[in-house]
Amino acid sequence: MARTTSRPLSPHLTIWKWGPHMAISILHRVTGNGLATVGMIGIVWWLMAIAMGPEAYDTFQKCATSPIGYLVMIGLSWFFFQHMMSGLRHFVLDMGAGYELNTNKTWSMVIPVLSTLATVALWATIFAGKF
Amino acid sequence: MGTGTGIGRVRGLGSARHGAHHWLAQRYTAVGNLLLVLWLIFSLVTLPGLDYESVRNWIANPLVAVPLALMLVSVFWHLRLGMQVMLEDYVHDKGLNFLSILLLNFYAIGGAAAGIFAIAKIAFTGVVK
Repeated sequence: MARTTSRPLSPHLTIWKWGPHMAISILHRVTGNGLATVGMIGIVWWLMAIAMGPEAYDTFQKCATSPIGYLVMIGLSWFFFQHMMSGLRHFVLDMGAGYELNTNKTWSMVIPVLSTLATVALWATIFAGKF
Repeated sequence: MGTGTGIGRVRGLGSARHGAHHWLAQRYTAVGNLLLVLWLIFSLVTLPGLDYESVRNWIANPLVAVPLALMLVSVFWHLRLGMQVMLEDYVHDKGLNFLSILLLNFYAIGGAAAGIFAIAKIAFTGVVK
C-alpha cells in the first residue's frame, strides 16, 4: 500500500548477506507469479482451443510443440515443482518448525535440487513414452 | 474516519475478526492446487495421446471435467491472493495500486470464467466420434 515517504525505512535489502533462505523466498514469489501469468494463460488457451475445435487445437499444439513451446513448458514445470516444494516448506514453517539456522539453510538448498530432479523425471517420462 | 494516526483511526472500530482470512484462504487453495495440479500432470502424462480427440474425450468425462473446473477455481483464487500481496509490496503509488488490483481481479475472474466455460462446452457437447 501507499506509504508516507517521509517515514524512515530500515536498510534491509542493503545490509543482509544473501543466503539460500532469501533466494528460495524470492524464488517462491518469482515462480508463483510466472505460473500465475504464463502458466495459467497457457492452460486457459489449451482449454479454449479444445472447446473451439480441431483447427484452434492444431494452432495451440504447433506452438506448444515448437522449440520455444517446449522450453516454456519445461520451464513452467520446474516453476511448478519449485513453487510446490517451497510451498510445502512454508506449511512446515507455518507450524513453527524448521527455523533452526542449519535446518532452514539445508532445506532452502535441498528444495531447488528436488524440484530440478522432479522436472528431469517428468520430462524423461514424457520423452521416453514419445520416442 | 479521522485524519490522525493509524491507531487513532482504528481505535473504537474494533476487530472485524477477518484478519487471518486472506492468509488462510491462501493456504486452503494451496492444498487444493497441490492435489489438483498433480492430478492434472499425472493424467496428461498417462493419457494415451494428446491429440484433439483423445484430449477432448478425456475432458468430456464428468470425473475429469469437475476436478478440472475445481482446479481453475483453486488456482485462480490462489494467484489472485498471491499477486495481490506482490502488488501491495511493489506498486507503491495509491492510484496505480488500485488500478493494478482492479486489473488483477479482471484477470483472475475472467481467466477462471473462460476456462470453466471451455470445460463446460466440451463436457456438454459430448464425445467426438
